[in-house]
Amino acid sequence: MAWEMVVGLEVHAQLLTDTKIFCGCSARFGAEPNSQVCPVCMGLPGALPVLNRKVVEYTLKVALATHCRVAPFSRFARKNYFYPDLPKGYQISQYELPILEHGWLEVTGADGGAKRIGITRIHMEEDAGKLLHPETPGADYSLVDLNRACVPLIEIVSEPDIRSPKEAAEYVRRLREILVYLGVCDGNMNEGSLRVDANVSVRPKGETRLGTRTEIKNLNSFKFLEQALAYEAERQIDLLETGGEVVQETRLFDTQKGITLSMRSKEEAHDYRYFPDPDLPPVVIDPAWIERVQADLPELPDDKRRRFQDEHGLPAQDADLLCQSRDLADYFEAAVRLHHNPKAVANWIMGYVLRELNKEGAPPITEAPVTPEHLAGMLDLVRKGEISTNIAKTVFDEMWATGKPPEVVVEEKGLRQITDTSAIEALVDEVLARNPKEVEAYRAGKTKLLGFFVGQVMRATKGKADPQAVNRLVREKLGAGP
Amino acid sequence: MDLVGRTIRELRAFLDRGEVTSEDLVRAYLDRIEGWNPRINAYITVTAELALEMARAADRRIRSGQAGPLTGIPVGLKDLLITEGVRTTCGSRILEGFVPPYDGTVVARLRQAGAVFLGKLNMDEFAMGSSNETSAFGPVRNPWDPERVPGGSSGGSAAAVAAGLAAAALGSDTGGSIRQPAALCGVVGLKPTYGRVSRYGLVAFASSLDQIGPLTADVADAGWVLEAIAGHDPLDSTSIDRPVPALRDLQPEVRGLRVGVPREYFIEGLDPEVEAAVRRAVGVLEDLGAEVREVSLPHTGYAVATYYLIAPAEASSNLARYDGVKYGLRVAGEDLIDTYRKTRAAGFGPEVKRRIMLGTYALSAGYYDAYYLKAQKVRARVAEDFRRAFQQVDVIACPTTPTPAFRLGEKVDDPLQMYLNDIFTIPANLAGLPGINVPCGFTAQGLPMGFQLLAGPFEEEILLRAAYAYEQAAGIKRPKPALG
Ligand SMILES: [Zn+2]
Repeated sequence: MAWEMVVGLEVHAQLLTDTKIFCGCSARFGAEPNSQVCPVCMGLPGALPVLNRKVVEYTLKVALATHCRVAPFSRFARKNYFYPDLPKGYQISQYELPILEHGWLEVTGADGGAKRIGITRIHMEEDAGKLLHPETPGADYSLVDLNRACVPLIEIVSEPDIRSPKEAAEYVRRLREILVYLGVCDGNMNEGSLRVDANVSVRPKGETRLGTRTEIKNLNSFKFLEQALAYEAERQIDLLETGGEVVQETRLFDTQKGITLSMRSKEEAHDYRYFPDPDLPPVVIDPAWIERVQADLPELPDDKRRRFQDEHGLPAQDADLLCQSRDLADYFEAAVRLHHNPKAVANWIMGYVLRELNKEGAPPITEAPVTPEHLAGMLDLVRKGEISTNIAKTVFDEMWATGKPPEVVVEEKGLRQITDTSAIEALVDEVLARNPKEVEAYRAGKTKLLGFFVGQVMRATKGKADPQAVNRLVREKLGAGP
Repeated sequence: MDLVGRTIRELRAFLDRGEVTSEDLVRAYLDRIEGWNPRINAYITVTAELALEMARAADRRIRSGQAGPLTGIPVGLKDLLITEGVRTTCGSRILEGFVPPYDGTVVARLRQAGAVFLGKLNMDEFAMGSSNETSAFGPVRNPWDPERVPGGSSGGSAAAVAAGLAAAALGSDTGGSIRQPAALCGVVGLKPTYGRVSRYGLVAFASSLDQIGPLTADVADAGWVLEAIAGHDPLDSTSIDRPVPALRDLQPEVRGLRVGVPREYFIEGLDPEVEAAVRRAVGVLEDLGAEVREVSLPHTGYAVATYYLIAPAEASSNLARYDGVKYGLRVAGEDLIDTYRKTRAAGFGPEVKRRIMLGTYALSAGYYDAYYLKAQKVRARVAEDFRRAFQQVDVIACPTTPTPAFRLGEKVDDPLQMYLNDIFTIPANLAGLPGINVPCGFTAQGLPMGFQLLAGPFEEEILLRAAYAYEQAAGIKRPKPALG
């Protein structure tokens, strides 16, 4: 039987606001444990939450980028459960009335065309703290760090529209790209700024009803996401094909073994006893607020890709690559503004800038030693014939190593192209004189030897001669030619 | 000069004229507390040193001409108001050893006003009770008859003011917890409109119902204290940004004031002596020129049941933070879950446990709609009753409690009987309205009685004016309870 996998994703994204969602503490990552806490985020008796408006603003940005409908009226609710990292004994989240609903994102479908993945809802909530387990063997305690407690999150819940691990990964990639573009999330999956849970079921192809699903928690990389989904679908299909049954449960992905393991069954599932939080009035969104956010919205990845193709005439693949991050796209455009040959700029960025940036320990593109100005300046030198494309590679490496502008590098290293024809002519004569056999062979019709002569001349100039001029002169001197 | 048992205004005059110092006052109150508290048990914690220190600071301020209305006035705080550096117990074992690192907003405002804190007042555990018998620190006794309860949950606050153990006190009112003990102890108790006073630093019982308010010797004092603590607080999202009216210069003027008497509040079970006293009080207002008419609040009968779903539901969540992990009591168990169980089993008393279970049940999957959601709908009906009534009248006059103070132990084993004590006070909490208990005489046995006035949202000024006019005209003497 042919099977189909059905996947819905729940993505938690940490918002990059300066302060926490319900108090004034810093929301920054990496401080000393319990150094960014106050009565509110520690859940002290008597303390009350006050909503950070920045969180709503960031969420509205996400709404506009994911085609979601903004609820004019939404509510916070309490999700009640006991855990030591949860200081109040409940998490403030949204339940019945989330702030955003009915959105979508586009991914590439199985047929290669665009496919919409529905977004059921997006809601705001607070993060929990972190448990620290001491490394001392035999330690019978754990420590709690509440710096992360009350840090703002949004949870983005997709429709069960995803049909393959590849689609799932692309959906998360697109989502992550949007969040990073908007500047509302750093998208760092290792540090947990972006966490993915997946609901997975399988059904015979053609069946419209959903099968029993399992939930896989905490898929913290694209690789693990794809692996876990592939494994889980396979596991469920095996079960069903051998007369077994899928049990509705929460499963955990074992990244070592590449398998999913049962965590808790439906019967053991918590009853969270959600109810509207009486400490927080409803969130009322004025349409004027949405308009203000819209006006401040940066260009989104898909729009930028389209524009890079239309305006800069780039092929789709180049546009795709350059728009993978806002900083990279900005870098490209800054260089194109100075050197008006988009394709040349794109090639250099894709070929050389990215090569350097992908190296271990490379700085972020905003701090790249070769600035867009330098790159554009270097390409200007190539166009003006002051250096050859080949020499440009040397200039680029030197600029990357030293951070110096191209003119300085060319000057210091003496890389300026030899444009004095008489000097080149002399060298050509010399080369021809040194290689009489080859000259004869060439004249006899072995025209492939042209490259040999040009190469000899170029070597003699340490690459600084204009290859085209050399080419022309060699042909002239050899007289006849094709 | 007799310093205890005076109103804030009298003490203010003494202080401003330099006839006494705040330190003299505080010493007099501390003496009286030392003498009487062992019998009344109104205070859980007496902060004698802090009080003297604050008094001396207040005296300096008075001498420099910087005194405000409450500067140097000794007050007591219900022990669910968070006080920096002073243990806050909520009348519970579970908060054993908890010394808050911060001040609640109201406490901070009183501190800024220069009021002097005598200590923390006894209460029903987590404000759950109507007799002060659920306190982990022992029951408070009614100063008028130590065999009787003072009411609750602000029983310590009411008893302290009645017995002259504080010039004024703060309490909190979730279903009548200020007004009911005020009635049973013969003092004034004011519950402000929900949102009028910040709840930041009030340990939550039921967040959508809780409100801090004053218990005072008379109506004018209540205005003085309310004015000092009321007003918008950015730290409490449910506090309302509205100007606080001037409440320190009330006029005893009720001519033309429309007074509604709700027929649903005069029911079986209402003590005849109380009923007669309330009707006499209404008569006084009428004699003063108020227009009295009957009104109907048809959903009154559902208020107690509604309250006992909503309040425990919120409480079950509010009290989840007492888990032995971060502060307060911890009874170590085999593992994490066992520690939770043992800590909460040992830390909470039976009434608190009962309400946590009630509330947990009401919010459970499959029951939420039938209980919690339904209760919210009824709550809206109760509020709508009042909205309509206040289109016809300016204030509503009714009993505060069905009976005068009952005996210790009389109802403690019968939760339903106990819950019915708040039958007349709960509706105002459900509707978020201001209400006040005004003493209106004594029973033949010498127990105090009070009647209740209610007003529309943020109409505290009208409420206090009506109460003040009554108090002035009725000329009810404030005999001190014959302690000992
Ligand atoms: Zn904080």
